[in-house]
Amino acid sequence: MNWKKSLTNTLKKAVLSSAVLLLFTNIAYSESLGEPEKEELKFGFIKLTDMAPIAIAYENGYFEDEGLYVTIEAQANWKVLLNGVIDGSLDGAHMLAGQPIAATMGYGTKADIITPFSMDLNGNAITVSNKTWQKMKPNIPKMADGRPVHPIKADSLKPVIEALKSEGKPFKMGMVFPVSTHNYELRYWLAAGGIHPGYYAPHKGDSSGTIDAQALLSVTPPPQMPSTMEAGTIHGYCVGEPWNQQAVFKNIGVPVVTDYEIWKDNPEKVFGITAAFAEKYPNTTVRLTRALIRAAKWLDDNNNANRPAAVKILSQSNYVGADYDVIANSMTGTFEYEKGDKRDVPDFNVFFRYNATYPYYSDAIWYLTQMRRWGQISTDKSDQWYKDLASKVYRPDIYVKAAQSLIDDKLISASEFPDFANETGFKAPQKHFIDDIVYDGNQPNAYLEKFSIGLKKGDKL
Amino acid sequence: MSSTTVKITSLTVTEQVMTFVKAKLNTLTNALLLPVVGISIFLFFWSITAQSIHTSLGEFPGPKAVVEQFSSLYVEHKTEREKAEAFYQRQEKRNAAKLAKNPDYVGKIRAYTGKETFVDQIFTSLITVTCGFLLAALIAIPLGIWMGLNKRLNLAINPIIQIFKPVSPLAWLPLVTMVVSALYVSDDPLVSKSFLTSMLTVTLCSLWPMVINTTMGVSSIGSDLVNVSKVLRLSTLTHIQKIVLPASVPMIFTGMRLSFGVAWMVLIAAEMLAQNPGLGKFVWDEFQNGSSDSLARIMAAVVVIGFIGFLLDRAMLQLQRKVSWDKSSVNV
Repeated sequence: MNWKKSLTNTLKKAVLSSAVLLLFTNIAYSESLGEPEKEELKFGFIKLTDMAPIAIAYENGYFEDEGLYVTIEAQANWKVLLNGVIDGSLDGAHMLAGQPIAATMGYGTKADIITPFSMDLNGNAITVSNKTWQKMKPNIPKMADGRPVHPIKADSLKPVIEALKSEGKPFKMGMVFPVSTHNYELRYWLAAGGIHPGYYAPHKGDSSGTIDAQALLSVTPPPQMPSTMEAGTIHGYCVGEPWNQQAVFKNIGVPVVTDYEIWKDNPEKVFGITAAFAEKYPNTTVRLTRALIRAAKWLDDNNNANRPAAVKILSQSNYVGADYDVIANSMTGTFEYEKGDKRDVPDFNVFFRYNATYPYYSDAIWYLTQMRRWGQISTDKSDQWYKDLASKVYRPDIYVKAAQSLIDDKLISASEFPDFANETGFKAPQKHFIDDIVYDGNQPNAYLEKFSIGLKKGDKL
Repeated sequence: MSSTTVKITSLTVTEQVMTFVKAKLNTLTNALLLPVVGISIFLFFWSITAQSIHTSLGEFPGPKAVVEQFSSLYVEHKTEREKAEAFYQRQEKRNAAKLAKNPDYVGKIRAYTGKETFVDQIFTSLITVTCGFLLAALIAIPLGIWMGLNKRLNLAINPIIQIFKPVSPLAWLPLVTMVVSALYVSDDPLVSKSFLTSMLTVTLCSLWPMVINTTMGVSSIGSDLVNVSKVLRLSTLTHIQKIVLPASVPMIFTGMRLSFGVAWMVLIAAEMLAQNPGLGKFVWDEFQNGSSDSLARIMAAVVVIGFIGFLLDRAMLQLQRKVSWDKSSVNV
């Protein structure tokens, strides 16, 4: 018993002294930035592994290093979370990239929400129920060892939907929010396979998004996806982790495609705050961005070396709370498709590499093009309109301030960030889409013309 | 001769001792042995059936898994407390450093920002239910007395009560939430909105049984007692104080006990639905997490919720015994 006590005592002392050391050397607290105007903050999140930067910034003390006392609270669904940020009960939150854009545009609740920090790349997948998988499987080409060739395209799903239709049954899938990445990814994948996912017509009061649809998409909160599919309400879903791996573990479904395969290194969540917050508390905003950048870097450091430790934190009940194994499956560089078919996807979750944290205008514009493609934006807009809206929501100016102070404090080297002097905020034309269509953020209208399914110039429902 | 008498008396004595022991044993069996037997049988059937129910989150938790979760929840509570302590120490150091740099700095100690443990959630729920219940009692008992004394008022208000009484808390909740967030606006709130929402929902649901029972108790006071009061020409206040209250205490308390039971049940549902801190949120969070321990943790919470409900009821009963003049009216 005694040795145990002395051990804990030494441990405690060690922790304390290192804390004291940290304080007096002040390596992390930037003097030049000025005191945070608001020190007590409350951030919301949805139980998904890509909330990791917030959890890590808290657990590793990065928020405290900035003099911020942050409480982190899980939210019931994306709507509750967004309303929390708008009405001020939350100071900031882990958001779907489409949420700040749609809110600023006034699709759904209108509010000026901005993002200084992009949280991650990739991280989602599409899962179908076992029954659907059995019917899809014969249509998928096989490799020499009998496993299906990846990426699996929606072409293999099309006959299944047609068979259901001839029986008079609808094909239903779940996604997490009308302006979620998942909605657009799922639509992109379906449409690339010739399946029409349906149009929205907000000017006619239609927000169900099922006009002309061959696959009916509806909203389900992420943690409830597996149980909703198990209950038979939906045939499949598109969601972030760990809810695809959960389906494999529970033996109720098979993930068929990851969003990495639909669009390599696609932008996923962002950290959203109100424009009013950023204006009222500029130092706090820069400081919280600093803490989040440090957390994201820690998550990707040394080739994902910290991921097991991160998974351990995420598996705590107050964060994601799923089993360690379920979260680890995708967070540590692998992804399990059909049970036993585990493949390497080292970039399934990217938090910092490839400038993942920089808020690119071109990312925001891609979301806007998809909103137009599926009718959430009901009329034609000029290329300039897309750019103006993107620069209103995505705020690299705040990001650069935070990153620069981290460089000045020698916490992160300048080589790990984009070259700020020459950065335009537009990525070079991106090629890696599942249907090989090239996306150039500078020409959103020209991009829309390339799709065979989707609204084009002059189309109005 | 005398020896036989001694023998007889000694016999009666042993007999008396025997009957005494028997009676004691009987009460002991009734009070201890039988419940223990009942619980053991329950535990046995629980573990048997648990093994044969397979959910997608693994086996349904048996008693053993639940006990394990209790200890793990306790360990979690302890670690969280240690983390909290470290948090406060770091904060003090930080404040001291700030003070050294800027002598005008007024240090502020912020509450721990970590998660609420299971034990914290229990206390949150207990505080919420007590506040909600007390507020309900504060409204219901005076209203009930007034209605009991005034037949016309009773006739006027009774239909409203009858309509609101069967309303589920879940129907009230969205309304309460919206009203609270619209009306309760302050920069430095004394209590959080979520606490207020849960509390008011509890109040709304536990109000009615108390009003009805108090009214009944007051209106059914014997006419003799009322006449005594009339003969003595007691003022209304003294009448209530000396005649009405003592006479209707048993009924009032029956209503209060009923209400407290309702309040506790309502609170768990409200916390679950509105994601307000407390045991209900704990259950919902665990359900959402869907980890392999989740079901056992939920079961642990179920046991705790039941146990606390039972203790609350006992506490009300003791209180009722203490304040009623007519001890025989108190039924278990």
